[in-house]
Amino acid sequence: MATGHAEHHHGPATGFTRWLYTTNHKDIGSMYLWFSFAMFLLGGVFALVIRAELFQPGLQFVDPNFFNQMTTMHGLVMVFGAVMPAFVGLANWMIPMMIGAPDMALPRMNNWSFWILPFAFTMLASTLFMEGGAPNFGWTFYAPLSTTYAPASVTFFIFAVHIMGASSIMGSINIIATIQNLRAPGMTYMKMPLFVWTWLITAYLLIAVMPVLAGVVTMMLFDIHFGTSFFSAAGGGDPVLFQHVFWFFGHPEVYIMILPAFGVVSEIIPTFSRKKLFGYDSMVYATSSIAFLSFIVWAHHMFTTGMPLAGELFFMYATMLIAVPTGVKVFNWITTMFRGSISFETPMLFAIAFVVLFTCGGFTGLMLAIAPADFQYHDTYFVVAHFHYVLVPGAVFSIMAAAYYWLPKWTGNMYDETLGKVHFWLSFVGINVLFFPQHFLGLSGMPRRIPDYALQFADFNMISSVGAFLFGFSQLLFMFIVLKTVMGGKKATAQVWEGAEGLEWTLPSPAPYHTFSTPPTVK
Amino acid sequence: MLPSLSIKPTPAVHSGRLRTLAAGFALMFASPALLAEWGINMTEGVTALSAETFSLHMLIFWICVAIGVLVYGVLIYSMIAYRKSKGAVPATFNHNTTAEIIWTVIPFLILIGMAVPSTRVLTQIYDSSDSDLDIMVTGYQWRWQYRYLADDGAEVTFFSNLATPPEQYENYEGSLAAEKGENYLLEVDEPLVIPAGKKVRFLLTSADVIHSWWVPDFSVKKDAIPGFVNESWVRVEQPGLYRGQCTELCGRLHGFMPIVVEVKEQADFDAWYAERQAAAQRISDAATQTFTMEQLMAQGQTVYNTYCMACHQANGQGLPPAFPALTGSAIATGPAADHINIVLNGKQGTAMAAFGTQLSAVDIASVITFERNALGNSVGDMVQPVDIVQAQAQ
Repeated sequence: MATGHAEHHHGPATGFTRWLYTTNHKDIGSMYLWFSFAMFLLGGVFALVIRAELFQPGLQFVDPNFFNQMTTMHGLVMVFGAVMPAFVGLANWMIPMMIGAPDMALPRMNNWSFWILPFAFTMLASTLFMEGGAPNFGWTFYAPLSTTYAPASVTFFIFAVHIMGASSIMGSINIIATIQNLRAPGMTYMKMPLFVWTWLITAYLLIAVMPVLAGVVTMMLFDIHFGTSFFSAAGGGDPVLFQHVFWFFGHPEVYIMILPAFGVVSEIIPTFSRKKLFGYDSMVYATSSIAFLSFIVWAHHMFTTGMPLAGELFFMYATMLIAVPTGVKVFNWITTMFRGSISFETPMLFAIAFVVLFTCGGFTGLMLAIAPADFQYHDTYFVVAHFHYVLVPGAVFSIMAAAYYWLPKWTGNMYDETLGKVHFWLSFVGINVLFFPQHFLGLSGMPRRIPDYALQFADFNMISSVGAFLFGFSQLLFMFIVLKTVMGGKKATAQVWEGAEGLEWTLPSPAPYHTFSTPPTVK
Repeated sequence: MLPSLSIKPTPAVHSGRLRTLAAGFALMFASPALLAEWGINMTEGVTALSAETFSLHMLIFWICVAIGVLVYGVLIYSMIAYRKSKGAVPATFNHNTTAEIIWTVIPFLILIGMAVPSTRVLTQIYDSSDSDLDIMVTGYQWRWQYRYLADDGAEVTFFSNLATPPEQYENYEGSLAAEKGENYLLEVDEPLVIPAGKKVRFLLTSADVIHSWWVPDFSVKKDAIPGFVNESWVRVEQPGLYRGQCTELCGRLHGFMPIVVEVKEQADFDAWYAERQAAAQRISDAATQTFTMEQLMAQGQTVYNTYCMACHQANGQGLPPAFPALTGSAIATGPAADHINIVLNGKQGTAMAAFGTQLSAVDIASVITFERNALGNSVGDMVQPVDIVQAQAQ
């Protein structure tokens, strides 16, 4: 780094220190993406342990306590390790190139916000080998199960969450600083690509709620080690307070994982429909409305905790309102395709599947908003099906769509279209075999987070487990496709996709190590 | 078994089970509840409110289906009609304020249509006033305790434990192999019993972590939270057996604390209640009696299997470090007073519960005697109910 100026023109350093010391947004973006894929596989292994245990009634493979550790670690690793870092990786790679900036605004902090993550997850994963086992209280870690009754490893979990939170906050500050300060001349807010818009809003959500998460785990830490009673009724505290604070973070967190996905899909659908995005302005307003509403709906996760009637009604109405802006987005995507000229390359397949299956998750979300019906749905597999439909064919499919969409720009090589389509169809079939039967399981009465179940649930559990293994192993094909593309393949043009618009497609493929050192002008 | 403890009212369970079975067959040939029997849809349940909840669920479901048909219809049409491979030429429109207003306002109106009946049903569910019978429901790791709140003689209170034996859920093989029963994991040793046609109010709380009490047929799901008392209620017209489960993750055996409610006609309920009161009286009288070693050991084995075995294991070896061994432990082989103390009062900061509020003096005396003279221990002393009563008085 001391050589400074010369290095700017000669590309990256070589060896491990390139990655350790790098302040380049493309390097850091790549590291985020690979890290997130590694966590996706790790969290996937945990999920397969769960589905293997649930393949048949009876306890076959693991102790119920270890089963609880698996559900907990699966949730934590997927939410904080796989989905969130993947979107930060995409932001790192794409935002500077989309707004005509040379790099992120705060490159050194960028390095740090990535490099603390592997330590956080190493600490979290190491709890599996500790005496007493890993956290076993669910990824929502309700007190007092996570405080008075927690295994000793809960302290490591708390510090891991602190580090993840710090990483997210730094990442968001960087994204906000970049978008607000480094846009090319002429790129007004209402000309920004939707991916940039959704990330700007997401970054504000992160800054608003990650400190709340840090606060709630710190209160736990004090309850466990320093004699306070925030969440202990015996000491004058309130176990339900935990849930209010957690979900004040947790509900915006749900949108943190889906808004950038909206952005990705809003880039891909117009490209492969060869038609401008329909209703750009309303997309921006809808995203902002969803972000605002996300702060006033948290207690719909708590309908059965015995809130007063007025509270139930408020949170029910507010939650139902979210359907309006979400509907607007779906209608806009479909109207974009209407009277377009559509082709079905792999990114488009994933994006269309996103629209279809996310809408499915939206419908069940609307059903869950109805408080009296929620008494029957709450904490059953219906909820599990709902949020996996939003998160897997929602967030995860959008990340895969983004990877296929921008991979030629990142590597300079086209991916193998046939293999990409095989990967899509395996994933699409796998995911539906995996999660669709879970709607039936939940409606007919199977609670979530149980390692064994009554016999009437046996058939659908078996089907669901088959889908899980199909989906899980299909992702090895994804890894193969990406590695093959990185190694070589048909050379990509700068434009890559016939219908693509935006500054990133004005750059050569692969994008040079430093781009837009001189800002482009946007008319 | 101690003579004074033969109080389990089990025969009714079997006749009730037959009744539900018969009703199940009748339904399969008769009614639209077919899908519920096959386990695809929510149950209509057996109360007015569960039926209302079911209609609400179906209303929203069909609205979603209608919207889905419309949205997916346009999507599929576009995918077929506007393919580039068919030579489709893209249009250039990208904005239409009228369309945006329409698809903002219409969903909003649909939502109001959903909110009105939802509010009505929710308000009814929340009205737990004027109950005929109040029952305290307390969640424990991992069993439910029911206490009938009535000022009419001896208090009726009991625990309801999973009745499915481990050889079924642990998949024992060989000579110990056991076929999983019809109500696998949904059967208890003693069901909650309530009268038909009466408004029964549940007051829910917890002794340790948060649990949640759910019976789908009643559409009642309410969290049992330590330090709080939540309310819920039910009025069931149809006698029978209704099953449910804990639905809030509460630790290792969360999946193993089912709920069974037996609804009896008022006269049958009264008879059952009188019998339980008499039994309660006998148990409290038994606290003054003296028992033989054989009696204590036999009862102690039963109590141990129900309350202690999940953590300390069948052979007393425990699952260290969370659940210490009893075999050769300082407590189980040391002075009886310490042993009585820990069973009565539990141990702070661990999973060891205070059983003084959960079990009768006879049961506590029996299980302590058992732990000191079985599981590889042979201290040789006996603890009598009167010792427990004295320890509790201090």
